[in-house]
Amino acid sequence: MEIRSFLRKLRPRRMPRLGRALPYIYIAPFLAYILITWIAPVAITIYMAFTECRWTVTRMRFIGLENFIRIFTRDIYAVDAIYVTAIYVSSVLVINAFFSLILAIFVTYFVGNETIASAIRLAWLIPRITPAVIYALMWRWFIDPRIGPLNAMLKALGLPAPSDWLLTLPYSRLLMIAVNGYVGASFGMIIYSAAVVSIPKDLFYAAKVDGASDFQICRHIILPLLKWHIFFVTSWQALSLLSSYEHILALWAGAGTARAAGVEVWALYAYSKAFYTSDYGYGAALSVFLVAIGIIFILFFFKVFGFERMMQPSRVEV
Amino acid sequence: MGEVKYSVRKAKIMALLKMAFVYAVLLVPLVPVLMMVAWLFVQSISAGPTMGLIPRGITLKNFRFLWSEIRFGLSKYPTIWPIVMNSLILALGVTAFEVPVAALTGYALSRMEFRGRVALMKLIIALHAFPGVILLIALFYILNRLGLYGKGLLTLIGVALVKAGLGVPMDTWILKGFFDGIPWELEWAAMIDGCSRFQTWRKVLLPIIAPGISAVAIFAFMNGWGEFLIAYTYIKRKEFYPLSVFLYSVIGEFVFVDWGLLAAVALFYILPILLFYALSQRTLLKLQLVGGIKG
Repeated sequence: MEIRSFLRKLRPRRMPRLGRALPYIYIAPFLAYILITWIAPVAITIYMAFTECRWTVTRMRFIGLENFIRIFTRDIYAVDAIYVTAIYVSSVLVINAFFSLILAIFVTYFVGNETIASAIRLAWLIPRITPAVIYALMWRWFIDPRIGPLNAMLKALGLPAPSDWLLTLPYSRLLMIAVNGYVGASFGMIIYSAAVVSIPKDLFYAAKVDGASDFQICRHIILPLLKWHIFFVTSWQALSLLSSYEHILALWAGAGTARAAGVEVWALYAYSKAFYTSDYGYGAALSVFLVAIGIIFILFFFKVFGFERMMQPSRVEV
Repeated sequence: MGEVKYSVRKAKIMALLKMAFVYAVLLVPLVPVLMMVAWLFVQSISAGPTMGLIPRGITLKNFRFLWSEIRFGLSKYPTIWPIVMNSLILALGVTAFEVPVAALTGYALSRMEFRGRVALMKLIIALHAFPGVILLIALFYILNRLGLYGKGLLTLIGVALVKAGLGVPMDTWILKGFFDGIPWELEWAAMIDGCSRFQTWRKVLLPIIAPGISAVAIFAFMNGWGEFLIAYTYIKRKEFYPLSVFLYSVIGEFVFVDWGLLAAVALFYILPILLFYALSQRTLLKLQLVGGIKG
């Protein structure tokens, strides 16, 4: 480690011609990208939120807090969107952060055969790796009242089956939760699995010798050791769920339908304001809340998990 | 003795029940997903809409879109290949924009000491967590300003640029990890032999991390190939639709007309992805952890 930092410091002096500028030449294209796709958009979103910007995205007129006043006083859909978002995030989070924990413990601790375990993990990845449009098409078949198997199965079990899953409340919301829950479950599953695998087996053996049941091992050894992972997955997934709308858009085909179906989350509402009604300023004002939440979450990540821990999920060895 | 035998049998039954429960929790929720995937295959060779997973008359005519014109209700496309080409341009564009930049920066972060290095690493982590999709409105403004909107092929390039920009922090981080794994001595030896810093990077280090580069490149390609939201938002002219947006536009309108054709096109579209995942499951499990991080 010491020789590394020594060498790092040594380099620039060994290269007198380019000297200290060299690293910046290497990172310049990256910085340009970051500026165009991240930094400037955040700044533009914030500025645009205080402007009227309709029909043409490049023409903005500063109107102060007008958009925000409209959100809080005259927008009936905004309240709905908050409500839908709360249902969406909390329900899907239960699947993504807690059900995935059960899946991970089951697949890692109980399923002994490594081939079977990875086959199961891979199967759980299908919803995530399937492009959103294809995933939506498959769901459309699955829920189709005439040819889909879902209603046939429900009827066989004597359960109520709506004639239109997409547009009937509360079924449309159940569908929204299921569709997104499947997509997100694998993330937590993989992180937790890696954590369970890294627990020394001796702990389990020792507990077994002492007469602990599998349930007790899960409860008193695995869970306490996974405390941070659970916290990490929960907060990380909360942030991504708050801002995700791609699968809802893909399945409900257009935000108008999503609104009628009661599945228009805040992020989709902002999107539809901008891109379906060309009210970009208002869409930006709605997005600003998400940008702010995103920044708060990230500051929170750094504070709670620290830089070192944050780096871990990004490490990849092939 | 009898008592012991009894308790052993009971324990065996309990263990069996426990495993049954474990497998039920792991596998029962997967049934719909596996059914959907199976359906896609069955439907693509079935003459009519399939109720369950049994094809209704086996046919290959659903795949005629590969050589003849496509008709979905009133929409007509003379051939699918320009659309395939658009997807290819998008996917290759994302790869080309993303990987070299990530390789350069990953190297600098791993090997060079400069002011702001730690800050840059923190920024990368922060961007990794930050949901890029909520910036689409502002990115729309930027594409307009850069003259990359409503310009046909240039718009496609613009979409690739945006997609690449959103993906580049993660790739940089992965490649930095690969560079971190190379011993310093190797680079040192190359420099002593007279290589410049750039030559060392190009001739010594890049070949070593070629597996990493190709993994990231394939991943970027897949991301571009599967991209829907950004393309759907910015590409308004039909002749520049990639496959994802094309499928989306016909699913909404004509879902009841021709399930077989839809399934066949869908299958054709995800074929590269299926192939890739079938070939590299192990790599996938690890990369997916990073790549699919945003739900």
